[in-house]
Amino acid sequence: MKLVIAIIRPEKVSEVLVALYRAEVRGMTLTPVQGHGAESEQVETYRGTRVKMELHDKVRLEIGVSDHFVEPTVKAILAAAKTGEIGDGKIFVLPVENVYRIRTGERDQEAVTPVAATASDFE
Amino acid sequence: MLVNTPNLNSADTAWMLISTALVLMMTPALGFFYGGMVRTKNTLNTLMMSFISLGFVGLAWALLGYSLAFGKGCSWLGGLEFLFLKDVGLSAQGTIPHALFMAYQATFAIITAALISGAIVERMRFTAYIVFITLWMLIVYAPVAHWVWGGGWLSTLGALDFAGGTVVHINAAAAAVVTATLLGARKDFARLAILPQNVPFTLLGTGLLWLGWFGFNAGSALAANGIAGLAFVNTMLAPMGTLVAWTTLDLMRTRKVTAIGAATGIVVGLVAITPAAGFVSPLSAIVLGLLAAFPSYYALLWRARTRLDDSLDVLAAHGVGGVFGALMTGVLADKAWNGVGDGLLHGNPKQLWIQFVACAATVAYSGIATFILVKLIGTVFQLKASDRAQGVGMDVTQHGEEAYARGEGAVLLPTEGA
Repeated sequence: MKLVIAIIRPEKVSEVLVALYRAEVRGMTLTPVQGHGAESEQVETYRGTRVKMELHDKVRLEIGVSDHFVEPTVKAILAAAKTGEIGDGKIFVLPVENVYRIRTGERDQEAVTPVAATASDFE
Repeated sequence: MLVNTPNLNSADTAWMLISTALVLMMTPALGFFYGGMVRTKNTLNTLMMSFISLGFVGLAWALLGYSLAFGKGCSWLGGLEFLFLKDVGLSAQGTIPHALFMAYQATFAIITAALISGAIVERMRFTAYIVFITLWMLIVYAPVAHWVWGGGWLSTLGALDFAGGTVVHINAAAAAVVTATLLGARKDFARLAILPQNVPFTLLGTGLLWLGWFGFNAGSALAANGIAGLAFVNTMLAPMGTLVAWTTLDLMRTRKVTAIGAATGIVVGLVAITPAAGFVSPLSAIVLGLLAAFPSYYALLWRARTRLDDSLDVLAAHGVGGVFGALMTGVLADKAWNGVGDGLLHGNPKQLWIQFVACAATVAYSGIATFILVKLIGTVFQLKASDRAQGVGMDVTQHGEEAYARGEGAVLLPTEGA
């Protein structure tokens, strides 16, 4: 198993999610983050006060996958998150020691295998 | 300086002072109505599209537009006798100071130009937008206002437009559709789900619009009299009807009453009663309000299935609502209430035809003139923001600000020239 961590542009999130869905990668966690890379600075002015925004808004995706899913996951993100400009982000692939599914106590391979979701209606 | 000209009426003047302020407030309110429905990164830009009209369109109105609309001129366009506010003083225009009448009409020109922005949010470059709405007010709004209110050919024909169904709403909607089409869709349109960033903003804007609309409609009586009272009551009752009908349609279609739907319903009701406000009975206003929900509701559903990126549905709300209201004025107008003219239901079917002519003429002129204007501006200015600029957001790329800046990681720069 591996943990794929991707830092991507916020405006690319929807496209990446669609690409991952098409690649049949389902479970993931998404966090809005701020970061600093080589991206060019952005200057803003508020009532004569000029500021340089050193940190840029990014989104961090964490996806736990079984080994044979690593490549499709990475490929999907590479294709969907790319604009070609500096600031497109990074993908990290990390080894994972153990994974547990809290609901069932399932472990490792079973725990990263998605189950069919059931629709719910909050009527 | 004349302080108390014989024909001035204190009550009328007092009411028109308040009405002018109320209608001026509608433009910021429209900014909040629209601003709630765009994405976070375009909040300021959308609000600014309304706010900036207060400056550029307002000044252009005072210096030139007012004369083009309300100068004598011919039946197609006003003259230049009021250029640079010449002779627009404190003498009575009706029963209120002429300068106040000019100011009241300015608030209409300002909001009409700002209405167009709903169709082109999240993509039109700001400088091109400023040039566009300023020239649009002079070239499109002022002539149409002259036709209907300035003694032009539609008023001679007998078209009934109490507070601006044709001049304001149909006019702005036709321009909105043309501009949205020429500009093209947002880069994410129909590819990504584009969700409203702040629905409470939209409800806040709706509430303030309704409040301001009492000045818009009841103020259009230009006096504190019975007709103003009628227009006021109708401006209250019609949107109530539309709100009920709209939420019922929502409930039947999706089994839920949506907040954006309620806001839209109220605005559609206000739009529809605008041409009829001082011409129909209160009971007719309720009927008009109830019925007005249907065409706009289904126009909105239809638009969502097309390729037309009229982003915030100016066509469905102001175009369809405006035409419906203008036609219903020709059906429900009642001389017993307004002292001016009857509609179809009161034995004057010709009025409905006149109303139709007024709608068609406004759509045709506004559509064609806007098309030419946008094309011309496009030869000088870049109209549309690049995909990249749209991706980053219009707030940062057009204004160099963010609506919700957090300040972490912001480094203070030395002031320019220091």
